[in-house]
Amino acid sequence: MNTATSVKTTRRGLLSALLRTVENFYLTIILVFLYIPIATMIVLSFNASKSRSVWGGFTLHWYAELFADAEIAAAFRNTLLIAVLSAVAATILGTAAAIGINAMKKLPRTICLGVTNIPMLNADIVTGISLMLAFIAFRISLGFQTILISHITFNVPYVILSVLPKLRQTSRSAYEAAQDLGATPRQAFFRVVMPDIRPGITSGFLLAFTMSLDDFIITHFTRGAGIDTLSTLIYSQVRRGVVPSMYALSTIIFGAVLVLLLLSNFLPRKKNAAA
Amino acid sequence: MKTTMTIPSPGRKALAFPYILWMIGFTIIPLALIFVFGLTDRNGAFTLANVAAIARPDHAKALSRALLLSLVSTVICLLLAFPLCMILRGRRLGTGSFVVFIFILPMWMNFLLRTFAWQTLLEKKGVINGILGAMHLGSIRIINTPEAMIFGMVYNFLPFMVLPIYNTLCKIDDSLIDAAHDLGADFFQTLLRVFVPLCVPGIVSGITMVFVPALTTFVISDILGGGKILLIGNVIEGEFTRSSNWNLGAGLSLVLMVFILISMAALSFFDKNGEGTAF
Amino acid sequence: MTAAPLIDLRHISKSFDGDLILDDLNLSVPENSFVTLLGPSGCGKTTTLRIIGGFEKPDRGQVIFDGQDITELPPNKRQLNTVFQKYALFPHMSITENIAFGLRIKGRSRAYIEDKIRYALKLVGLTGYENRSVNSLSGGQQQRIAIARAIVNEPRLLLLDEPLGALDLKLRQDMQYELIRMKKELGITFIYVTHDQQEALTMSDTIVVMNQGYIQQMGTPEQIYNEPENAFVADFIGDSNIIGATMVHDALVEISGVQFPCVDKGFGVNRPVDVVIRPEDVELVAPADGRLKGRVTHIIFQGVHYEMEVTAPDGFEWLVHSTKCFDLGQEVGITVDPFNIQIMNKPASEDEEAIAAE
Repeated sequence: MNTATSVKTTRRGLLSALLRTVENFYLTIILVFLYIPIATMIVLSFNASKSRSVWGGFTLHWYAELFADAEIAAAFRNTLLIAVLSAVAATILGTAAAIGINAMKKLPRTICLGVTNIPMLNADIVTGISLMLAFIAFRISLGFQTILISHITFNVPYVILSVLPKLRQTSRSAYEAAQDLGATPRQAFFRVVMPDIRPGITSGFLLAFTMSLDDFIITHFTRGAGIDTLSTLIYSQVRRGVVPSMYALSTIIFGAVLVLLLLSNFLPRKKNAAA
Repeated sequence: MKTTMTIPSPGRKALAFPYILWMIGFTIIPLALIFVFGLTDRNGAFTLANVAAIARPDHAKALSRALLLSLVSTVICLLLAFPLCMILRGRRLGTGSFVVFIFILPMWMNFLLRTFAWQTLLEKKGVINGILGAMHLGSIRIINTPEAMIFGMVYNFLPFMVLPIYNTLCKIDDSLIDAAHDLGADFFQTLLRVFVPLCVPGIVSGITMVFVPALTTFVISDILGGGKILLIGNVIEGEFTRSSNWNLGAGLSLVLMVFILISMAALSFFDKNGEGTAF
Repeated sequence: MTAAPLIDLRHISKSFDGDLILDDLNLSVPENSFVTLLGPSGCGKTTTLRIIGGFEKPDRGQVIFDGQDITELPPNKRQLNTVFQKYALFPHMSITENIAFGLRIKGRSRAYIEDKIRYALKLVGLTGYENRSVNSLSGGQQQRIAIARAIVNEPRLLLLDEPLGALDLKLRQDMQYELIRMKKELGITFIYVTHDQQEALTMSDTIVVMNQGYIQQMGTPEQIYNEPENAFVADFIGDSNIIGATMVHDALVEISGVQFPCVDKGFGVNRPVDVVIRPEDVELVAPADGRLKGRVTHIIFQGVHYEMEVTAPDGFEWLVHSTKCFDLGQEVGITVDPFNIQIMNKPASEDEEAIAAE
C-alpha cells in the first residue's frame, strides 16, 4: 500500500517536472525569437566589418559616425520635440474632453466615443493619407506643424481612454461631500476629482509620448520633404542598404527604452505603496 | 438636465468642445476627403473607377496576398501567444511582473529597426546564412519571400497579441478553474469550455491589434520583400508618394477600409460585450 | 454509525511557504452526516476541505474515500462536488449551461440532463430560471445555482466552503434551513466549512472546531456548546465567561475566592483550572442571596434579553444575559447552578493549549 502510493507519487512528481520543463523550453524558444534580432543588432553595432556575417573585430566607429551625423541629430531633436509637444497638447485636450464627455448624456457621449475610436481602430495608412489630403485641402504646408497636428490627433484618444475610466471610478459622493463641506464646484473638482484621475492622466501622457516616438506611418505621409523624424530617417537609410550606424542607433534606443520602462514600471510602484 | 445622475454643472460639457472641433477638423473631414478623392476622377467628376480598380489583376493580387499573409500571421501569433499566456498565468506572476515585462519589451523598440533586424538575419549574406556557411550547412533563401514577411509580421505584432490575452487570462478567477475540475473536467475540457470562452475579449482585441496593421502594412513588405512582393499597402503608398494618383490611392483605401470594417464586425460578433482591453 | 467512514483523513500535514497549516490531522466523517469544520480564518479548515476536494495535495498523509486511497486522484476524478465560497458560476454560460456542465462532461444524454436540471432547479426553488444569465441573479440565487450545479452530479459527498458568507443575515438564516432540507432530501454527506459558530450550531450533527491547524474539539453541537474542552472552544462558541479558578476537590470549585458547588470530577485536589460559564447561566439575585456580590457596570437592551456586565469585587467582569432589568450601578448577587459550571484543564502554555485537544 505504502510503496504503491510512493510509486504513484513519484510518477506524478515526474510528470509535473516534465511539464514544467516543456513549459520552460517553450518560454525560452519565444524569448530567443523575441531577443535574437535585438541581440544581433547590438553585436553588429560593435562590428568593425560592414558585413553582416563576418566579425571584423570590435569598434565604436559606428557610434562615432552616428553622433557625428547632423541629419540624425536633427531627426532626433524633431522626434523628441514632437513627442513632448504632442503629448502635452493631447493630454490637455484629452483630459478636458474626458471631463466633458463624462458629463454628457448617453447619445452625445456615444457619438463622441465613436469618433474617439476612429484613429485607434482605423489603419495607420488610412489615417496618414486622410490627414495628408486634409492638410493639402486646408493649405497647411507639410512640415513640422503638420506632423505635430497629426500626432496630437492620434494621441488624444489614448489620453481620453486612460482618463475616462478613472473619472467613472471617482465617486460622486466624494465630489458632493466636498461641496457639502463648503467647497465651490471648482474647488471640489480640483481637490477631490483631480487627485483621483491623476494616474489616468499620467498614463495617458506616457502612452501618447511613446506612441508619438514610435510612429512611422502617419509621419511618413504628413511630413513633407526636408524634415525627418528618427523613424522616417531610419526608413530611408534602411532602404538605401546596409547602414551599420543604424545598428548603433538600435542599440542606443533599446538601451534607452529598457532603462525608461524599468524605471517607469518598477519604481513608481514603491512610491504608490508609500503614498 | 435635472436628472440626478448628471453633475449639476452645464459648463463641464463645454470642456469637450475644443476636442470636438479638433476631431471634426482632423479626423472627420480628412476621412470625408478620402471618400471625395476616392469617388472622383482627376477633374472632380464622380466615378467608381478608382474603387473598381481593385479588380485589376495586380491590385487584386496585392490585396489577396495581404489578406493571406496577415491572416496567416494572425493565426501564428494567436497560436504562439495563447500557450505562452497560459504558462505565464500558471506562474502566478500578476500583470506587473518583470517576467511578463520582458515578453512585452520588444514592442517598445522602434518598429522599423525591429523589421530591419530581421532583414539582417534573413538576408542572402545575412547573419543566419553567415552562421550556416561557417558550419558548412549550406544556406537558406528566405529574404524577399512571403515567408520572410510573415516572420516580420509575427515578430512585430506578437506582443500586441500577448498583452490583451494575458490581461484577460489573469482576470479569470481561480475558483472557476477549480469548479470546472470539481465538476469532472480534465485539463483540455477546462481549456475549451472555460479558459477559451472567457478569454474571447482578449483574443478579439489581440486579433484586431495584429490583423489590421498586418493587412495594411507597407513597411514590412518593403524591407523584407525587397520591394518586389507588393501588398495592398505598398500599392496605396505608391499611389500617394510616387505615382501621385491620389484618386486611385484613395479609392483603394476605401476598399481597404471595407475589409477592416468587415473584420471588425466579424470580431465584434464574438465579443458582444466589447470587453477587450489592451492597455 | 458503526459503518466504515465515507471520508477518512489520516495524518494529514500541509504547509504553504514554510507555514504549517495542518499538522498531522486525523478526521473521520461517517456516511450521511453533516459535519461542520468551524474555526477562525487561517485555522486550516478551508485547506482541509480543499485537500478532500483534491485542489491541494497534502505534504504527508492519506485521504481515504469509502475505503479507497484518493490522495493522488485529481479533483475531476473524485466522486464528490464542491460549492465554492464565491459561487464560482461560469459567467459565460446560462443557468442551464452551468448546471449541465458536469453532466455534459460525463456525456449524459440530453433527456437525462434536462430531467436533472428540472429536478435540481426545483430542489433549490428556482424553477423557471433556466435561461437567465448568471449576472442577473442575486447572491442568494447564485448560491442556489451553485448548489444545483454540484448536486446534479449525484456526489456522495458535498463540500461547502463558507457558502453563505457573502449573504446578508436574513438570507443566511433562510438558506440554513434550505440546506438542512436539501441535505435530508438528498441523503448525502455534507462537509461544511464556516467561521460562523451560530451557523455551525444550527445545521450540523457534528462540529469540528479547528485552530492553528489542529482539531480542538469534535462533537455534537450540544457537546461543543455545553461541554467545551478548552478555553479556545469555549471562547469561540458563543459568549462565555472564562475564569481562572481552583478545583478544591471533586464537585467543588473556588471562583474569585468563593466556593461554588459543581458536578465535574477527576481534576484532582487544589488544582488550577479554567471555568466556563455561559452568560445566560449566570443568575442575578438580591445581594444577600448570591454567592458573590457585584455591581452592574454596563447594560444594553438586546431585544430577547439585557446584556449586562457585572463587576465582581476582584475586578472580574461577568457577562450576563438576563430577561430581568437591573439599574446601572445597582448591587446584585451572583449565583450559578452547579450543572452550568463547566470545568476545563488549564493549559500550561499556549502550545499546549493547542496540543491538549489532540
